[in-house]
Amino acid sequence: MEIVAGVVAASAPLIYAVVGETITEKAGVVNLSLDGSILLSAMTGFAAAATTGSVVMGFLAAMAVSMLIAGVVAFSGIALRLNQIAVGFVLFLLAKQLALFFGDPYIGRTGPQVPAWDIPLLSDIPVVGEVLFSHNLSVYGSFLAVIAAALFLSRTRRGLDLRAVGERPEAAHARGIAVNRYRYVATLVGGAFVGMAGAAVSLDQIAGWRENLTVNLGWIALAFVIFGGWNPWRVALACFVYRGLLFAAGEFQVQFPEFVQVLTQLPFLLMILALTVLNTERFRRFADRFPRLRPFLAGEAPTALGTTFHPE
Amino acid sequence: MNRLRSVPLAIVIGIGATVLLLLAAGAPPLEAMRLIFDGAFGNTSRVAATLMAWLPLVLAAAGLLITFQAGLWNIGVEGQIVMGAIGAAWVARTVPGPSALVVPLTLVGGAVLGAAWALLPALLRTRFRVHEIFSGVALSFVAASVAVYLIIGPWSRVGVASTSGTDLFDERTWLPTAGSWRVSPVALVVAVAAVVSVLVLLRDSRFGLRLRAVGRNPESAFLFGIPTGRYTVAAFGLCGALAGLAGTVQATGFHHKLVPAISGGYGFLGILVVLLAGFRAVWIAPIALFFAAVQVGSTQLSLRLGIDSSLAGVVQGVLVLAVMIVGGAQVYSAARGPVVTGEEEG
Repeated sequence: MEIVAGVVAASAPLIYAVVGETITEKAGVVNLSLDGSILLSAMTGFAAAATTGSVVMGFLAAMAVSMLIAGVVAFSGIALRLNQIAVGFVLFLLAKQLALFFGDPYIGRTGPQVPAWDIPLLSDIPVVGEVLFSHNLSVYGSFLAVIAAALFLSRTRRGLDLRAVGERPEAAHARGIAVNRYRYVATLVGGAFVGMAGAAVSLDQIAGWRENLTVNLGWIALAFVIFGGWNPWRVALACFVYRGLLFAAGEFQVQFPEFVQVLTQLPFLLMILALTVLNTERFRRFADRFPRLRPFLAGEAPTALGTTFHPE
Repeated sequence: MNRLRSVPLAIVIGIGATVLLLLAAGAPPLEAMRLIFDGAFGNTSRVAATLMAWLPLVLAAAGLLITFQAGLWNIGVEGQIVMGAIGAAWVARTVPGPSALVVPLTLVGGAVLGAAWALLPALLRTRFRVHEIFSGVALSFVAASVAVYLIIGPWSRVGVASTSGTDLFDERTWLPTAGSWRVSPVALVVAVAAVVSVLVLLRDSRFGLRLRAVGRNPESAFLFGIPTGRYTVAAFGLCGALAGLAGTVQATGFHHKLVPAISGGYGFLGILVVLLAGFRAVWIAPIALFFAAVQVGSTQLSLRLGIDSSLAGVVQGVLVLAVMIVGGAQVYSAARGPVVTGEEEG
């Protein structure tokens, strides 16, 4: 059970990132800067926490930086009608370099960490208590993020509106929904989650700063958003399974070193497979026969993803 | 047109941001800029280092121009460079014979493997409608781990399996140099020929015209009778071949062995070059030279002033972002109507 608990804890950063990007993409915006955003927010979070001695300040600083980047993506994509992918890509490289530039003095320094905190009573439950409720606030936050995002998107009026904005912006506009306002908010909220992903690495999971601290986490997150079919539950499940497999890979590293090589590529291969299979006509016909399984089998991107909308 | 007007302002922003960063890092800005210039062009060996960075960068950027003109985001270019380097390394390690035979074969091997790797996202896009950004990112990571696998596995140095790279290739397989200068004339000829060919291809050929039509509006190009799928595949193949040549130059012209980070980030940097050039072929070579100079020059900065050389990447990124945003803002204000701006100016 210790192992499962370890996997749950290690999944936290990835989960924050995929939840954030799912919300953003559900509104029809792509934030391609993810990998750079996470690295820069990890650096900023660590620097802020190490300077002020406060983990909370670290998380807030990380979120602020990541929201700033998300804000640039949203502003140039929505107000200036620039290509979101182009802007996101440039910001990915820029944020990465900024993290290296400003992070240099912090390499190897020690800083505060998120303190462990067992949830009273709940952590005493056998098995479940150890697996789910004996971590720290950063890990519990990742659970809340999944639950909140899933409930928001599927059970609330605003969540429904958000999805409408990402699927049929013209129709949403006709129904009186402020399309672009939703997109700004969704991108900024998504950015905040991405910032938490960075802070969860530098203040909890690895606790410290070095170059390439968050190796490819952003790209993995972008892959899992697709593999998870833009559904928070499925996306989170994919993260847990992936971390579990990575853990297993670590165990077998000595006997089968090649296995680890293959496994670290798994999210990308799965993503290609998912995109390939889900887009075939045969799979669609198959999925249509099981309407109840639709949330688990469907994997279509929000229709208006990456497009701009201008109310005339 | 707007893009041209946006460039001076963007350069001012870029320089301003650089000065601020230098001040933030506690370095005298003018001295730092002089050091960068000196580090890039100060003596013949520094010019050589700058050209060594320019070669793979301009090759990748020329290839990317083709995919961009076809409306494609070939983010997988990094993987294509890696596969090109692997192809060249395979030829260098296996083919016997004199330099005159092996060197051309390394170039062919690199180009072929780079192109083959680029055909994967092309086919995934045309056959399965998988967006090339996501398949490209994925395939880049796969290519990188193939390189690592070869380096620690089948191609590892005798007795040691380390990620520092393979054994040096036999000297007859290196891109030949003239005298003591490290830059290979062969590589220079290949790069210049590639840039000129891309320029002519895109500007003067039927292929280029149709490719641009596919990039601008695939639906109407298709209705007009252009086989868009075939043009997509062709654009990817050509870009992959040029990226493969970039990988070859890295492998047999620079490192003289296969190392894990063989792409040197020149693929991603090439995307920035094309974005900054505004997709115009004539600007590719000079902008790539400028980027290479900043890259190489800033290593002097870290040696002399103790500033992290990632400053180069920051400057490049800020510049491209500034050009895009200033350009976008000008288009935006133009779209809002000249009346408003006219009143403000009057």
